[in-house]
Amino acid sequence: MLTLTCPCCGITAEETELHPGGEAHLKRFGPGSSDGDFEAYLFARKNPKGVHFERWRHAYGCGKWFLAARDTVTLEVFGTYKAQNPHPTPEIVASIRAKRPDWQPDWTETKTSSAESLTE
Amino acid sequence: MAEALARITKLTDLGMIQIRADLAAAGDAIAAACGVAIPAATAMVAKAPRRLCWMSPDELLLVLPLAEVPEAVVALTAALEGQHALVLDVSDMRSAFGIEGAKAEQVLMKLCPADLAKMPADGMRRTRAAQVACGVWRQGDGFVLIGFRSVSDYLLGLLNGAAQAGTQLDPR
Repeated sequence: MLTLTCPCCGITAEETELHPGGEAHLKRFGPGSSDGDFEAYLFARKNPKGVHFERWRHAYGCGKWFLAARDTVTLEVFGTYKAQNPHPTPEIVASIRAKRPDWQPDWTETKTSSAESLTE
Repeated sequence: MAEALARITKLTDLGMIQIRADLAAAGDAIAAACGVAIPAATAMVAKAPRRLCWMSPDELLLVLPLAEVPEAVVALTAALEGQHALVLDVSDMRSAFGIEGAKAEQVLMKLCPADLAKMPADGMRRTRAAQVACGVWRQGDGFVLIGFRSVSDYLLGLLNGAAQAGTQLDPR
């Protein structure tokens, strides 16, 4: 049983109160993009054995989407954070690093990537 | 024959008004129009006969006697004039049930995947009861459960089933 804490309302909800939304942090490639990018945006998904970032919706609760970092093998949850973040937050990264010292982020930080720079 | 775990009653005099707005910006106007302070997240503020429940970061539910609904809708609509907000009378869309008695909590423990024992007296918990969405708060020596009217027969059946005599969760 997966238990996640919704960052929007603070309720600790178990799996049946939540709705899964697949991989988090997808970048949209729409009109004008190459066929390869568009196909990858539609179909290419990570399927890692280990640390994974996912979208979840607190369906039987506040109804908001949020993001979760968890391990697909052990079901260990590293943390949840708001969906407005373009990348996992530094706290989440620190929490993963504490448990999985070998793990490396596969994104590059940009200066505007902090949650504060986005309106909610 | 033992008694039922709780008395299940359908509450018919419960009006509900859904309020959706930016609570940070419109909170004061809503509180003034409702006559009830804005609740903290996952909580509610009761000021008899009204109570204001926190439903989500941008949604509140005002629960009040049915007769006061039209007046309150007008007051809230006027208070939120010019803002991106919604005030809607959802009384007919919802059903409410009273679950009263010392073992009321056990009735809900069977149906909801929520730790209701830890819910504070002013808590408002949105969760599910078996297969349908519901909201629960404490009232008197029990709880009030709200759900959608379209599934109210189902909810009533669930609650009565879960409250059946002899089905308590304590060891016999």
